[in-house]
Amino acid sequence: MTVMSFRMPRTGTPQILAFLAILLADRLVSPQFFDLRLQDGRLFGSLVDVFNRGAPVALLSLGMVLVIATRGIDLSVGAVMAIAGAVAASLVHGHSVAFALAAALGVGLLCGLWNGFLVAVLRIQPIVATLILMVAGRGIAQLITEGRIVTFSSASLAWFGNGSVLGVPTPVAITLGMLLLTLLLVRGTALGVLIEATGANARASELAGIGTSAVTIAAYAWCGLCAGVAGVISAADILGADANNAGLWLELDAILAVVIGGTSLFGGRFSLILAVLGALTIQAMNTGILLSGYRPELNLVVKAVVVIAVLLLQSPRLAGLGIWLNRKRTT
Amino acid sequence: MRRLLPVLVTTAVFVVGFMLCSLQFPHFASTRVVANFLTDNAFLGIVAVGMTFVIISGGIDLSVGSVIGFTTVFLAIAIERLGMSPWAAFAIVLVICLLFGAAMGAAIHYFEMPPFIVTLAGMFLARGAAFMISTESIPINAPLYTDIDRLTIHLPGGGRLPLIADIMLAVFAVGGVLLHFTRFGTNVYALGGSRQSTALMGVRVAPTIIRIYMLSSLLAGLSGIVFSFYTSAGYALSAVGVELDTIAAVVIGGTLLTGGAGYMFGTFMGLMIQGLIQTYITFDGTLSSWWTKIVTGFLLFAFIALQQILVRFAKRPATVVAGAVP
Repeated sequence: MTVMSFRMPRTGTPQILAFLAILLADRLVSPQFFDLRLQDGRLFGSLVDVFNRGAPVALLSLGMVLVIATRGIDLSVGAVMAIAGAVAASLVHGHSVAFALAAALGVGLLCGLWNGFLVAVLRIQPIVATLILMVAGRGIAQLITEGRIVTFSSASLAWFGNGSVLGVPTPVAITLGMLLLTLLLVRGTALGVLIEATGANARASELAGIGTSAVTIAAYAWCGLCAGVAGVISAADILGADANNAGLWLELDAILAVVIGGTSLFGGRFSLILAVLGALTIQAMNTGILLSGYRPELNLVVKAVVVIAVLLLQSPRLAGLGIWLNRKRTT
Repeated sequence: MRRLLPVLVTTAVFVVGFMLCSLQFPHFASTRVVANFLTDNAFLGIVAVGMTFVIISGGIDLSVGSVIGFTTVFLAIAIERLGMSPWAAFAIVLVICLLFGAAMGAAIHYFEMPPFIVTLAGMFLARGAAFMISTESIPINAPLYTDIDRLTIHLPGGGRLPLIADIMLAVFAVGGVLLHFTRFGTNVYALGGSRQSTALMGVRVAPTIIRIYMLSSLLAGLSGIVFSFYTSAGYALSAVGVELDTIAAVVIGGTLLTGGAGYMFGTFMGLMIQGLIQTYITFDGTLSSWWTKIVTGFLLFAFIALQQILVRFAKRPATVVAGAVP
């Protein structure tokens, strides 16, 4: 783990530079961007907002990066968010918050296990396997909320969206906690290497004695759990569960965050920290466009341009060019 | 025969489902209901034809819903605000779609990027472009839009088959011929089987891939035109999520998502099954609309599981590896 954190700045230079550049651009459009103030024991400011609003996608990208590293993809995370939010909001009436929370996270985990089962045991292509839950998931969430937007007034559940821990907004603190937990689980053990091996060459890993099925299921299960956490946070944020709109299209943002974080969609090596940084970069872009007073519609176009740029940088053809340029520079 | 089995199962499910519905509701089996099926799903069917080509070639196109949205907004602005003749607007928007598809196909082929992510970028771009043009819903009042109502074919039994349903059926017919009886179609199947072998056989891969995505975007544009006929309006948020319905229709129709196998008729049946579910829910009246999603999801799972079993029997075991994306 220490080796990882040492290596990180070097491998992630472009991502960190891109994030800083976007923050600077935000500072240019809005002079108060870096201003922080403490009010009622909680930090406020545009920068805090970037982290706070970026928390759900950052959480999703934590799970997504593991799934993508196994050479998979999880399209269902947005729908899983909706289900988890619906469960939490419905159960908090008449049950304790701890129970509602445990049920929501449990449902997220269950959704992840289902996806993992389809991919690893039934050997269905990840895109299709998770498409099933993406399509059916919102229906299930609506079934739980009975088609209404279920609101709640439980202050302790709302704390997950609006509260603060030592001045830091709860969603940010939870995301940081999940990041550390994931790092510990994945980099503190051999699991991370096993995931990378499965993604790089599943056949060879299987022959080398790695339980690729178990590794794959674990990755999807973690992804489902992260989506569950993100679902609770976004339900707590609006004090209600909206089965139609909670987490809508966030799966695409999460995939984008992972790709911006430099993890290849073809599996193999991955970086958790850079994936989270990718999510924050996307949010910094969104916030910047909002602050600049441009129409928010511009957002999608900017996002598309960023995806294309990142993809071009990652494309095998251009990678060859990069190696060639590097060689020229060193010789 | 084994390849035909998924299509036969889909067809059987549709026929049995239709018969059960007819038993429950006496007026279900009428030309009116069937004509409504075709009309309400006309735009979906047109996109599904393009998606069938893309999926058989082993790719995926997530941009189609956004292209429909873009097309409707573009048409509304061009016809209503700029006073263009509808025909000129159709021609321009179809050319834009063709170029858009060509760009995506070229990116997929020349930069060796996964179709999923390229068309995802295309999805953002097309939807963003639609929003940039206008965020309002703009009604289209051109005379042509009211005139096409007169082209409705009246079926015996009171069914009315409007022009858009005819366009959809024609696109299915032409698409079927293109896929099953031309060299281009054979190349699409070959690409889905193995890109490398296809190249080694002497098929020119680059133009084939580019043409596949051009076709998909062109049909999405045509679908957008049909959608604007259907709603008589242009709106940037129209057809959100249609790409998923389309992929679901193609998969339920028995087309293998790994590419290389599938039939145009299967896609048609997949479309009809989705229409059947919606119509049943409308007829029943007590079921909520979210059941559509759950049943579609369940059918997706059932058909994919069936395919998986068939593939397992066709191949020797242990050739497919966990987590592998083709």
